[in-house]
Amino acid sequence: MAEVTLQNACKTYPGGFRAVKGFDLRIADGEFVVLVGPSGCGKSTTLRMIAGLEGITDGTIAIGGDVVNEVRASDRDIAMVFQNYALYPHMSVERNLSFGLMRRRSHRSRLRALLSPDYRRKMAEETEAIRQRVGEAARMLGITGMLDRQPRALSGGQRQRVALGRALVRDPRVFLFDEPLSNLDAKLRVEMRTELRVLHRELEATMIYVTHDQEEAMTLGDRLVVMNEGLVQQVDTPTDIYHRPVNRFVAGFVGTPAMNFVEGEVLPDGSFRSGGATLSLGDPFRDVRPGKAVLGVRPSALLPCESGRGWECRIVAVEHLGDRVDLVLEWEGDQFISRVDATREFAEGASLWVEPGSGEGVHLFEADEVGRTLASR
Amino acid sequence: MNQARSNPGWYVLLLLGAVVMLFPLWWMLVVSLMTGTEAKQSMGSGDILPVPRSLEWTNYAQAVREVGTEPWAGFLDALANSIVVTVLVVAGTILSSSMVATAFARVRFRGRNGMFVLMLATMMLPAQVTMIPLFLLFRSLGWVDTLLPLVVPAFFGSAFFIFMYRQFIAQIPEALFEAARLDGCGWLEIWLRIVLPLCRPVTAITAVFTFIFVWNDFMTPLIYLHSEEQATIAVALNSFRTQFGGIEDVHLLMALSVITMVPCVVLFFAAQKQFIEGLGSGAVKG
Repeated sequence: MAEVTLQNACKTYPGGFRAVKGFDLRIADGEFVVLVGPSGCGKSTTLRMIAGLEGITDGTIAIGGDVVNEVRASDRDIAMVFQNYALYPHMSVERNLSFGLMRRRSHRSRLRALLSPDYRRKMAEETEAIRQRVGEAARMLGITGMLDRQPRALSGGQRQRVALGRALVRDPRVFLFDEPLSNLDAKLRVEMRTELRVLHRELEATMIYVTHDQEEAMTLGDRLVVMNEGLVQQVDTPTDIYHRPVNRFVAGFVGTPAMNFVEGEVLPDGSFRSGGATLSLGDPFRDVRPGKAVLGVRPSALLPCESGRGWECRIVAVEHLGDRVDLVLEWEGDQFISRVDATREFAEGASLWVEPGSGEGVHLFEADEVGRTLASR
Repeated sequence: MNQARSNPGWYVLLLLGAVVMLFPLWWMLVVSLMTGTEAKQSMGSGDILPVPRSLEWTNYAQAVREVGTEPWAGFLDALANSIVVTVLVVAGTILSSSMVATAFARVRFRGRNGMFVLMLATMMLPAQVTMIPLFLLFRSLGWVDTLLPLVVPAFFGSAFFIFMYRQFIAQIPEALFEAARLDGCGWLEIWLRIVLPLCRPVTAITAVFTFIFVWNDFMTPLIYLHSEEQATIAVALNSFRTQFGGIEDVHLLMALSVITMVPCVVLFFAAQKQFIEGLGSGAVKG
């Protein structure tokens, strides 16, 4: 296993499009890092640059301390699991698993084997070792009974396991995952997520995982790298990303349902005025410099309150989630979502007063395009 | 589609079409089994539905024996030449066309699209235009009256099949090529181990089309092959026709035509499944 370091890694395509703009990150040996962001944010390009499938325009990428900018993909000692599995359709599962290893072995020894008994013996030993590794990986992933089958005879989940197995047998320094679960149904996705976590714990391997699904990212990663428009927005643990987002983009991207945003003004006394309503936010918002700002409130922190205290909203829709209810609210042309306990009945079309609660999940951001965080609670 | 299937009118129309298409084949078979006198009478009377009084299977042996100046040898030489040329041309066309198509479909290089268009443009060029320059080229190489001018060009690809392979290869997911690269394959190995096995339907079409074309090709061997020992079966058939071309021996001409046709028919039926599948997938994916 190895650490991976990216220093000012850039990717500019012919035509001038800059997909990745100065990516800096150090991934520790054995760490599980998830690159997350919306489509087109540059996360897959970054992964492919690490894999060696895309050239790097500027900066350096190092694996295990060695700069690999000019090293061929096959010589980087990495394994990659693709979104659409990328299994060779004309080969059996066993051949899919062993293909990479066999290819490396046969490259040098096949011709000489005809001449030398020593080489023949060595080749037979290598073949046996490969067979054992394939068997081990298959047992680990529960696909032993499928080794003779063709990929087309497998379900989506089984194919994904084979794709994982193909990476496992290589015993690489770094595992790369490019949205590997996005073709699976929701239930299987959750199961495979758990299996991946267990696998990571067992192998203690360096893993870099790309997804656009923030829930998947939160559950899998030791650290998340949130990206947007080719730039790293924040690198942190899932909890810190959720509770202490550095800007409005991160705050809005992470969390389901998404954070509610209200444009307004911070008054000298630390309260927040928007439209006809003024809210007293308390600490730590008192220290924020007065001026235009954007208030962000997590749906779980936007709570019903007494009349006359917060915003008087109209309930547009009531979405029941079992023990909780999502209320879609409308206030002065803006829509909010409030997540509350299902202990109370709400009627669509009725009026409801809500305000940010006194607990976590309330943030103030700058009103400009970047929307840097001014204060969080 | 289902409505068309259930309409008997369509079946009648298809049946009529089949009769028209099969008539020459049936006529050839029937005449090949007649005696010389019968065939002559049938031709003279203008009877379009002749029926042989007895089946003269010996016509086939006689026709084969009579090819060329030496009994049996003329036919066997021609058969061997045709097999060698056809097998090499089929192999050459498949290998070169799929390799070039892989480059056009997947390898990024400067001027790729321009070169592809240029390659396609060669399809617009009638074969007759290149006939004389090619003859001069091969004559200067000393290849006239050898099989080389028939075989070597196939190893430089065929524009039509390159196009067909390229369209098919373009549909193979990019991730497969990337996985192969990570597994340590270079382009040559990707072509050999990934592309060729996946292109089986296109390869079947290429093989069948090329086989039929080369087996029946008359013009190219006629231009380059002069001696009897080098003749292919199509050329041998022609010399046979001029030797016995009168109405007298039309039954022998038909018998040899049937023998010549057999490999094409057998190949077509053997590769039928792949062939139809390939035509379908080509149409949809292309």
